[in-house]
Amino acid sequence: MTRALTYGALLFLSAMFIIPFYWTFITAVKSIGELYQFPPVFWPDEVMWDNFVTAWFKQPFDVYLKNSVIVVILSTIGQLFSCSLVAFGFARFKFRGRDAIFVLLLSTMMIPWDVKMIPLYMEFNMLGWINTLKPLIVPAYFADAFFVFLLRQYIMTVPIEIDEAARMDGANSWQIYWRIHLPLMMPALVLVGTFHFMNAWNDYLGPLIYLNDQSKYTLTLGLSMFKGLHETDITSIAAITVVLCIPPLILFFFAQRYIMDGSIGSSVKG
Amino acid sequence: MSTLVVQDEASEERHRFIEKLTPYLFISPWILGFLFFTLGPLIFSFIMSFYDWPVVGERTFVGLQNYEVMLTEDPLFWDSLWITVKFGLFFVPFNVILGLLLAVLLNQKVFGTGVFRTIFYLPSVISGVALVTIWAWIYSHEYGILNFLLGLAGIEGPNWLGDPNWSLLAIVIASLWGLGGTMLILLTGLQSIPKELYEAAKMSGVPAWARLIYITIPMLSPMLLFTVITSIISAFQQLTIALLLTGGGPLESTYFFAMYIYDNAFKYFEMGFAAANSWVMFLIILVLSMLVLKSSSAWVYYEGEMKNSEAADD
Repeated sequence: MTRALTYGALLFLSAMFIIPFYWTFITAVKSIGELYQFPPVFWPDEVMWDNFVTAWFKQPFDVYLKNSVIVVILSTIGQLFSCSLVAFGFARFKFRGRDAIFVLLLSTMMIPWDVKMIPLYMEFNMLGWINTLKPLIVPAYFADAFFVFLLRQYIMTVPIEIDEAARMDGANSWQIYWRIHLPLMMPALVLVGTFHFMNAWNDYLGPLIYLNDQSKYTLTLGLSMFKGLHETDITSIAAITVVLCIPPLILFFFAQRYIMDGSIGSSVKG
Repeated sequence: MSTLVVQDEASEERHRFIEKLTPYLFISPWILGFLFFTLGPLIFSFIMSFYDWPVVGERTFVGLQNYEVMLTEDPLFWDSLWITVKFGLFFVPFNVILGLLLAVLLNQKVFGTGVFRTIFYLPSVISGVALVTIWAWIYSHEYGILNFLLGLAGIEGPNWLGDPNWSLLAIVIASLWGLGGTMLILLTGLQSIPKELYEAAKMSGVPAWARLIYITIPMLSPMLLFTVITSIISAFQQLTIALLLTGGGPLESTYFFAMYIYDNAFKYFEMGFAAANSWVMFLIILVLSMLVLKSSSAWVYYEGEMKNSEAADD
């Protein structure tokens, strides 16, 4: 009885989570005639794959895609490199002020982005970085606090004897980081890379504030421009929305076992 | 001979210096980032808040005027703050309770847990912009699927985004679609509760609802606290959805505090005034988080603490 109730609830709730996706996809591949039919069409007579091509050429989406890819790749590299370095520093050395600095690092996670938004804009403006991709890339080379925390927790689980043995063999700190810990923390790096990829790919407010020229836009910004330009062009909006969702969804399916094994929750508890 | 010894000492000194410096070199990326992208901006924005500071042109020191104007002369400040609080009052409890419900359902030994878990997490993976375009079409007054489904149930759906009475609720629902993160954190918490507790309770004939209230919720309380705090913070930072779904309207019924800051900064270019706004937001979030943390001793149950006090009793 309770079992049936559980399944019923799960199926009902899954429907609530799935239907919006399905509805968007169906909207993207409907013909104009079916779009405004009533009652709504739940499966189109003919799937109009061409709608994607049409939508893609409504705006310079290849330029937006190029910008998004540049931002995502360069910032992900920066995040992986800087966070692993910092995490290794906190996990494997005893130094003056370490614990205080680490608490400081954790507390920066509580600062809302909105508070930094205005002065950061002024700072990047003074550096002449407004309307370039730099504000979206460069900060990633200075280690995000949450990712440092995740990686540090991971390094702490590696027995210290491994480091000591390497040191006996004459390895210095850099070699221990580069040759031993970087390969060992690969699963955690996949997790950090996935999270950052999604953040960077999905980011809207950053590009909105820092970019002015259409030639600098990222995909999210381009999609949001549809609202003003073609208020009624629902098919194209839905098509680009589908395109925008695909990379994070694919990445999520591949990295799923790393995300779902509870690293998010256990790090919170840690 | 003696010079050799001196050289040795010098190189040893250098070696020790490098050893001392190494850890700081490793953490230097974060230190530099903290100075340039966190601490610096925070101080800068604090100073700005006492100035009339346009993006280009002359800036003038105005003392507390920005704060005064905001608190006493600008009705939008209070209105947007109230809308944000209203949103939070709906969003935070629903986010935590629904997240808990999903987590509890998934924690049953049912077939296909993995698939369900993935489905619930999917919306958390996509961009806020995509989420908005998806919901804008669902909420559409004439062609929206939501009102069609409500119609099937015999309910006449409202004009979700066009009616000031419903627009805020529409944003709450769209935001709740992304509660997968909360669910995941609570699910991890559930899985770490010792099974023996439930077995013992079952053996003594404790019903399921009582097990939820007397075992699950107390054991889960540290994570519940965490999700409450993060939900409050995200409620106050609500910007993307309102900006794109309703643009703050209709009749400013969804004009969030974050949007008020955004407009003052990037629409009216009153950077000093907007900096003062953002500091108020920072303080509110800080105070709310502190209150939740302080009150937590009354309802958060930490196993470690319990053990300690038991040991003290012995």
